[in-house]
Amino acid sequence: MKVLKFFFFFTIFINSINITFAKEPSELINGIVDEAASILSSEDPVESKIIKLNAIAERSVDINGIGMYTLGKYRKTIDEEQKSKYQKLFRSYFLKSFSSRLVDYTNPRINVVSQKKINDKYTIVNSVLEATSKRPQVKIDWRIYTKNPERPLIRDLIVEGLSLARTQKEEFNSIIQNNDGDINALFKTLEEFLIK
Amino acid sequence: MNMKKLFSVLVIITFSLINSLAIAGDDGKIEINGKNNGYVEANDCFENFNRGIFAFNQVVDKAIFKPLAKGYRMFPQPIRSGTSNALSNLSNVVTVPNNVLQGQFKDAGVNTARFIINSTLGIAGIFDVASYYGLKKSDNEDYGQTLGVWGAGPGCYFVLPVLGPTTVRDSIGSIVNLVGGDAWYNVTVVNDTQYFSEADYYISRILDGIDFRAKNLESFDSLEKSSVDLYASVRSLYLQDRYRKIKNIDKTTNTLSDDDWEELDSQ
Repeated sequence: MKVLKFFFFFTIFINSINITFAKEPSELINGIVDEAASILSSEDPVESKIIKLNAIAERSVDINGIGMYTLGKYRKTIDEEQKSKYQKLFRSYFLKSFSSRLVDYTNPRINVVSQKKINDKYTIVNSVLEATSKRPQVKIDWRIYTKNPERPLIRDLIVEGLSLARTQKEEFNSIIQNNDGDINALFKTLEEFLIK
Repeated sequence: MNMKKLFSVLVIITFSLINSLAIAGDDGKIEINGKNNGYVEANDCFENFNRGIFAFNQVVDKAIFKPLAKGYRMFPQPIRSGTSNALSNLSNVVTVPNNVLQGQFKDAGVNTARFIINSTLGIAGIFDVASYYGLKKSDNEDYGQTLGVWGAGPGCYFVLPVLGPTTVRDSIGSIVNLVGGDAWYNVTVVNDTQYFSEADYYISRILDGIDFRAKNLESFDSLEKSSVDLYASVRSLYLQDRYRKIKNIDKTTNTLSDDDWEELDSQ
């Protein structure tokens, strides 16, 4: 009986944790945007900003998921060893390209406007990057992977209707396809990018 | 052959060409988009040649357009906004007929009202007075998009010197501008009016390009810096943009969903 009681309360406890920590996708984006804005507007040296921005990405972006998505049809043909090599390379590539893109912005102002649940796995968060004297306002939508509601993760950024993940996928697929389907050509390209 | 007959012949040739190229492209080298997510395939039929033209365009951009865009950025914001507004106002003369051809009658009415108000009260479109009256600007439409809405596939993807990426469908759309579809072209280049000259048309086109480049200076730099195959990235962005514009799906990003995302869990 005691055991049953224990399991009963344990289940309630676990569920309460789920409820407590379930995070709205728009909250995730608001949190990231605020954190990134404070890093970018700080007086920190560029190297320090890059380290902090990468930490945000590691925590809130599904880098492995995006990596597998960007392989497109080729992810079905690679073996485990190639998969593991690719995931390592892609992680480094993603973080380098992510931070180098962001670090040029000094104080980006992004406002979350709304969110729309597509299905149990995905929610789209709509936001707006405010206009500056140099460029007009930009619409940015975030594809959030919500299969684990306690830990929503970003899987894509859709800037003015253009998906960055899709662009990346078509870029990688072009490299592989132009090298007779050899994934090693992509590895070589990524390695060259990383040492640049 | 009168203009009406010529136009009919052009329409027939256009559709035959698009359809034949779309079919011919099925065994082309690059499959830009999958079939399962609503995207229509566009084939890079002349990729090696296109890459050559793209490289040439990059040189032209770095030597001419990028410096011009940077110079344009030095002008005060009100001057740039005014120029951008005037060019945008001018684009209504192509957008409105395409609104009608695509059955967007409400948009056609709003854009016509915007054009009249901004051309007069807004002093040749420099000031967007219409927005003040609640007539919000909508996306531009062109004949390439109309052909897409009518069901024409993109055909082959290719890159034009200086003008950049296009498809067979979109270049045919541009040709329609030159055979009577663009009222601004008609009053400047075709008809010798006492108010406008050919130069006005070409200056407006060049300014349009510089204005676009100036608005995207950082985005282009960033893309260039992080890209491992810039040609493929630009091709993907162009085709996604055209797809989005044809489907008018800027507000419903979920329609851009991709079956690959759904498959990922089972990997």
